[in-house]
Amino acid sequence: MISYILRRTFAAVILLLVVTAVTFAIFFLLPRLAGQTADQLAQQYIGKSPSAADIAAVKSNLGLDDPLYLQYWHFIKGIVSGATYDLGPTTTQCNAPCFGYSFKTHVEVWPQLTSRLPVTISLAAGAAVMWLVSGVAIGVISALKPGSFFDRSFMGVALAGVSLPMFFTGNLALLLFTYQWPIFGRTYVPFTENPAQWANTLFPAWCSLALLYSAIYARLTRSGMLETMNEDFIRTARAKGLRERKVVVRHGLRAALTPIITVFGMDLGLLLGGALITETVFSLHGVGEYAVQGIKDNDLPPILGVTLLAALFVVVANLLVDLLYAAADPRVRLS
Amino acid sequence: MTELSKTGAAVGEPSPSDAPSAFLEVRDLKVHFPTDDGLVKSVDGLSFQLEKGKTLSIVGESGSGKSVTSLAIMGLHRLGARGKNVQMSGEIWLDGKELVGADPDEVRKLRGREMAMIFQDPLSAMHPYYRIGNQIVEAYRVHHDVSKKVARTRAIEMLDRVGIPEPGKRVDSYPHEFSGGMRQRAMIAMALVNNPELLIADEPTTALDVTVQAQILDLIRDLQKEFGSAVVLITHDLGVVAEIADDVLVMYGGRCVERGPVDEIFEQPQHPYTWGLLGSMPRIDRETSDRLIPVKGQPPSLINVPSGCAFHPRCPYADIPKGDVTRTVRPELQQVDGGHFSACHLSQEDRTRIWTEEIAPKL
Amino acid sequence: MTDTKKQEQGPADGADEREVLLKVEGLVKHFPIKKGILQRQVGAVKAVDGIDFEVRRGETLGVVGESGCGKSTMGRVVTRLQDPTGGSIHFDGQDITRLNAAGMRPLRRDIQMIFQDPYGSLNPRHTIGSIVSAPFRLQGVEPEGGVKKEVQRLLELVGLSPEHFNRYPHEFSGGQRQRIGIARALALKPKLVVADEPVSALDVSIQAQVVNLMDDLQQELGLTYVIIAHDLSVVRHVSDRIAVMYLGKIVELADKTSLYESPMHPYTKALMSAVPVPDPKRRGAKSDRILLKGDVPSPISPPSGCRFHTRCWKATEICKTTEPLLLELRPGQQVACHHPESAEDQAPQDTVLLSAAKEAAAGARGTARPATTDPQPKDDQEAPTDK
Repeated sequence: MISYILRRTFAAVILLLVVTAVTFAIFFLLPRLAGQTADQLAQQYIGKSPSAADIAAVKSNLGLDDPLYLQYWHFIKGIVSGATYDLGPTTTQCNAPCFGYSFKTHVEVWPQLTSRLPVTISLAAGAAVMWLVSGVAIGVISALKPGSFFDRSFMGVALAGVSLPMFFTGNLALLLFTYQWPIFGRTYVPFTENPAQWANTLFPAWCSLALLYSAIYARLTRSGMLETMNEDFIRTARAKGLRERKVVVRHGLRAALTPIITVFGMDLGLLLGGALITETVFSLHGVGEYAVQGIKDNDLPPILGVTLLAALFVVVANLLVDLLYAAADPRVRLS
Repeated sequence: MTELSKTGAAVGEPSPSDAPSAFLEVRDLKVHFPTDDGLVKSVDGLSFQLEKGKTLSIVGESGSGKSVTSLAIMGLHRLGARGKNVQMSGEIWLDGKELVGADPDEVRKLRGREMAMIFQDPLSAMHPYYRIGNQIVEAYRVHHDVSKKVARTRAIEMLDRVGIPEPGKRVDSYPHEFSGGMRQRAMIAMALVNNPELLIADEPTTALDVTVQAQILDLIRDLQKEFGSAVVLITHDLGVVAEIADDVLVMYGGRCVERGPVDEIFEQPQHPYTWGLLGSMPRIDRETSDRLIPVKGQPPSLINVPSGCAFHPRCPYADIPKGDVTRTVRPELQQVDGGHFSACHLSQEDRTRIWTEEIAPKL
Repeated sequence: MTDTKKQEQGPADGADEREVLLKVEGLVKHFPIKKGILQRQVGAVKAVDGIDFEVRRGETLGVVGESGCGKSTMGRVVTRLQDPTGGSIHFDGQDITRLNAAGMRPLRRDIQMIFQDPYGSLNPRHTIGSIVSAPFRLQGVEPEGGVKKEVQRLLELVGLSPEHFNRYPHEFSGGQRQRIGIARALALKPKLVVADEPVSALDVSIQAQVVNLMDDLQQELGLTYVIIAHDLSVVRHVSDRIAVMYLGKIVELADKTSLYESPMHPYTKALMSAVPVPDPKRRGAKSDRILLKGDVPSPISPPSGCRFHTRCWKATEICKTTEPLLLELRPGQQVACHHPESAEDQAPQDTVLLSAAKEAAAGARGTARPATTDPQPKDDQEAPTDK
């Protein structure tokens, strides 16, 4: 088991390196391959209508004239040990982990990310709990009576849930429950300040996000349960004289849930990297909204930072999923 | 019900509500599954008895209804996804209790304690995520209000009894860490942990190698001697039947075509299908220089079971009885002698003649 | 299967005169086990680990053994569906050991395989006609009277109706699908047919139909069969000679009468005694049953010396250290054993039983008579034992 953990962790580290390389390639290599000069690229890192001096400064700070391997080295070095940027009159220290520095707003990206992360985590975690509980419950009940009225109606709703775009359900929830009948708060309050208020504000966002995901999870759980409940070991469990509830939960659900862990881990990881649309719709100042801000302002470093963060979360989630899977399914540890 | 009245023990027509004297008695069992294509009559009027300490082998090919029968006894058809659709009728008496009409929860309490089952493929029949020991502990604690520790001791004791080396260590293994034979032993330990009086084994050795099969059959025989339980062994292998059974029931198309003591079934089989099974089988114990004598054609559809005798389209002797009785009248089980019954329109003289003159010399 | 011939010529010498069609020498097939991130090879599953045998024209060689003994791998390697790790395969005088796919293509006409699973081996989207005519298309052969006519003739040959031409596999039962598989294999009039468990997925009554069919076809078309099966009764019925495999090795190779009447390798003896005999009278006299203990060891690290020594009740020190060679101890009966049954002991000086052997003998004694004290008919001893 320990060697399995070590192997997976090692693989995750490798994966992280690959991810940084790909990110670097997207943000520094691809534009050059597409024919942009160093000047043009530098301009993208500073925003609209910069002066020639600004461009030159950015270019030298990012080392855009350096050979590629040096550029990548600086990129990695920045993340690991921070970077110093010479901004004419002053120098600015971008502390490790330096996920970038916005030359436009003169703000380090990492502190921005960390300050916004609680909002994103609140959103993702709350929604995740909601969709996991409701999705799995609906999926199990549907699977136990396939073809029943309950099954058909819920699978219909689930289909609708998957098909409705976030900006529709989100805005609708917002319109109905925050403006029409103001049951829920409008401004985000940190959990540490006022948990009730925190939940109250986030509730419509959770619901909208959970509607989408729980529909997917209900379908996943349903098909997984249908398959599992036809397995031989379920028949064995019944032959032991176990109560049907125990057969379903201890034997059926346990086996059917394992693949769902995988999907769940990836979804959560992705969501922590910023729920762009949800955060925008509900005016939550989270990580995703930061990226959207960057896009609007034509400011690349925040986008680069959020991309790196999202990749980091996915890799970590992937690792956790692997470990969870091994804990759940003893057969995995072998290989 | 004719066949019941013919048994030596029961004189006259027993009324359906009579509790039988036999330990396990199945009367006119029918298990039908409605499907989109029609009603699948998996079991269509099956009756037999079994006493404690005896082994009954149910023999038949795939689709003959032998596994469906075993699941019906265990009450496992009511459950599950399609459980609602199953149409079951008849009676199943276990130790004086009627199971077909009984409260499902009462039947559940009997499952695992009074009747237990082992399956063909022990790898898929065990939960892959739980340790062997815990699966046995669970089986024990369903019916015994004891601590986990006590149950674990019992599990180790059972693993030891079924011949698993180092049971104290292997109790914590997962099913995939066992070999096929070991898994089937563990499965048997799990089935016997509550000392059930009826053990149903559904093709328990089909997935195993022949040397392991010999070990497992030996084990089942020994355990039966030790616990005095009744065993229903479902198999397609007549070799296994000859090895272990006291009585044999041959099924074809959801019905019993022949039933009797094992010696008589092998020496004086009374049904052309039984002859077909014996003739189809290559023998290891003697040189069969001649060709095998297969049954022609395909097994019957359980939706459109042939009229009259279900075997008539494949029976080489279907034209011997006068008229088209084989095509129109379903033969009932008739007593041959003692506990030996056969459902065939051929006269007993014809059957004896065909067997001794045509079939037996070629085997 | 060629009973008529055998009755005329006697089992052993009649076969010897026939021409060798397939010759396998020192055949090895290892599957590497790779581990870790670098996928270093840390070992190998020694599925087939050095076997020699010949198949003569017109005969049926049966190959038996328990799961994991390498018999199926052997079948796939000799038909070159898998590449051998070592050794050589000669077919019809030609070395086919290292032929590539292109080199094998003309030979695919002559070597055909029938598989166990009649469900998985037929493409569900193709009609029976297109499945059975595929070999013609692939080989670019235009049979006399056209492909369709030939396919219909083949369908009739295997006992199906020519009208089945346009049907799909799912419309057929298991036995019928196996017939389709056989029709496909026979389309190009192959010289050698390797059948891997051809009847084990079928019901007893259907199994007999297919066995008889294969028998008839052999008579009619002069086919040569290698039939791989775990069912010793089926193998006894269909084969002329039989190879018994254990952990990647052939432990005994003999004509069927010698093998079944007086097996020489302890494993063969145990294997055959384990088969339940469909005769309830024999149950009381099951004294000759030898109950092997435990399971087959892993083919990743097979036991040293004789691979059977860990479960053999006759094993001595030499069995642990020296691998016995497959020697012809009686005409037509080759066996790889230091202490064979009903033949001169190959290592008479080595008499001290291994502790495992004592245990195995005791285990066998618990339920049955140990084979060591099994008296063999004296006339067996008279057989010449020089090689």
